[in-house]
Amino acid sequence: MPWRLLRFGLSKKHPEPRMFDAPDALKPSYDVVIIGGGGHGLACAYYLARDFGITNVCVLEKGYIGGGNTGRNTTIIRSNYLTPEGAQFYDKSLELWQDLSTEFDLNLFYSNRGHFTLAHTDAAMRTSRWRAEVNKHYGIDSEVVGPEFVKKHAPMINLQCGHHPIMGALYHAPGSVARHDAVAWGYGRGANMRGVEIHQRTEVLGIDTKGGKVCGVKTSKGYIETTKVLSATAGSTPRILKMLDIDTPIFIHPLQAMVSEPLKPWLDTILVSGSLHIYISQSSRGELVMGASLDPYEVHSTRSTLDFPEGLSAQMLDMFPFLSEVKVMRQWAGMADMTPDFAPIMGKTRIDGFYLDAGWGTYGFKATPVSGKTMAYTIANDKPHELITAFSSERFKNYELTGEKGAASVGH
Amino acid sequence: MKIMTCPINGERPISEFYYWGAIKTPPNPDICSDEEWSDYVFNKNGAPGIKKEFWCHSPSNTWFVAERDTLTDTILKTYLYDGGAK
Repeated sequence: MPWRLLRFGLSKKHPEPRMFDAPDALKPSYDVVIIGGGGHGLACAYYLARDFGITNVCVLEKGYIGGGNTGRNTTIIRSNYLTPEGAQFYDKSLELWQDLSTEFDLNLFYSNRGHFTLAHTDAAMRTSRWRAEVNKHYGIDSEVVGPEFVKKHAPMINLQCGHHPIMGALYHAPGSVARHDAVAWGYGRGANMRGVEIHQRTEVLGIDTKGGKVCGVKTSKGYIETTKVLSATAGSTPRILKMLDIDTPIFIHPLQAMVSEPLKPWLDTILVSGSLHIYISQSSRGELVMGASLDPYEVHSTRSTLDFPEGLSAQMLDMFPFLSEVKVMRQWAGMADMTPDFAPIMGKTRIDGFYLDAGWGTYGFKATPVSGKTMAYTIANDKPHELITAFSSERFKNYELTGEKGAASVGH
Repeated sequence: MKIMTCPINGERPISEFYYWGAIKTPPNPDICSDEEWSDYVFNKNGAPGIKKEFWCHSPSNTWFVAERDTLTDTILKTYLYDGGAK
């Protein structure tokens, strides 16, 4: 045990400062109120304070920091999307990720692994080529590779995969993983240092409007006057929108994941199979982090099911038969806020001063930096950032959906 | 294992069923505007609550209505669709 820890145990006072203050009471008013203390909400607060000098901001979190989907995802970071708007947006995020550990002075365990999207059918190979071409056009490092290349990078793989032999893969060298909790802490501390208040265990009960404009927020700790509110609440988005009578196409399905007991390092890449509906990577602690597709029906809770590890394990054993004796250590779920076109809904709404950062479904973690940055711009200028205009809620009214499903559904 | 009651086949494991979504009434396509139609196609009340949904028992292709609390995932009632008669 490190001596430093022993000192912590003996000291009456906590010898090191907390990551952020816990203010007792809310102020009567703020310039901006951010609902949701996950990565996205905290990142927006951070960039509002750092880039736009807007520091009279509070972040309201019903539970605890990073306890929602920020702490429940499988931490994959990539930008090999299918549509031009998606690819450019996520690539900007990837660029921001590179500097975050230094910027926060906090180790995010950002680990570049390489990312394979395995193809088991002609149709999947065709989509891989399509994605590779779109990616290359925008300067994103993606290419189609054959089964030998997959085998070289993941020697334990069974290329036959049960009845679904691997024909090739889309290889995305920049694919990475990072420690998700630290992302929320880093953004939270950075925002807090610049004057942003973070209120945990503070629930929003209502949003007041006057003449189509936001004028205040009712919370479990009192009333706040404000003219700008951002909802960055992922799976709780429809509950917030109901307070304002806004209907959107967002629907909530649980997304489950699980980890195995820790193993010696044997897998240093991220593998995704759309046909088997699974993905896997090995964490720095040696656990296999595994996930599958969404639960098949709407549920607003983070319950887990037994069907999930059963189905996922069966598919996983097709790919890695040697895992048959490995134990599953724990499983969990998050509430994914899905949209019909697998792209987020970001920007302004029909209510003046109410901004939305939602529809993050199964792909929100990797977008944390860029969504924070673009939403901060949108709130500060009351005008959507150019990278998010394609993600406006108006696209449904105009039948201009984005068509991202092929690249976002199982890969997350 | 989660059990659902099919109005024809009785109690069956949930894996035999598939979910189609909440029942919505379409506006008249001959007279409604594009905007009203897109509202019908895309928008929904996504908040948790008791919802009437279409489900199908796939081995027997039985379509029926389930009333379900989407917050607790409790199935309250299942019955055959009456064709939308009021």
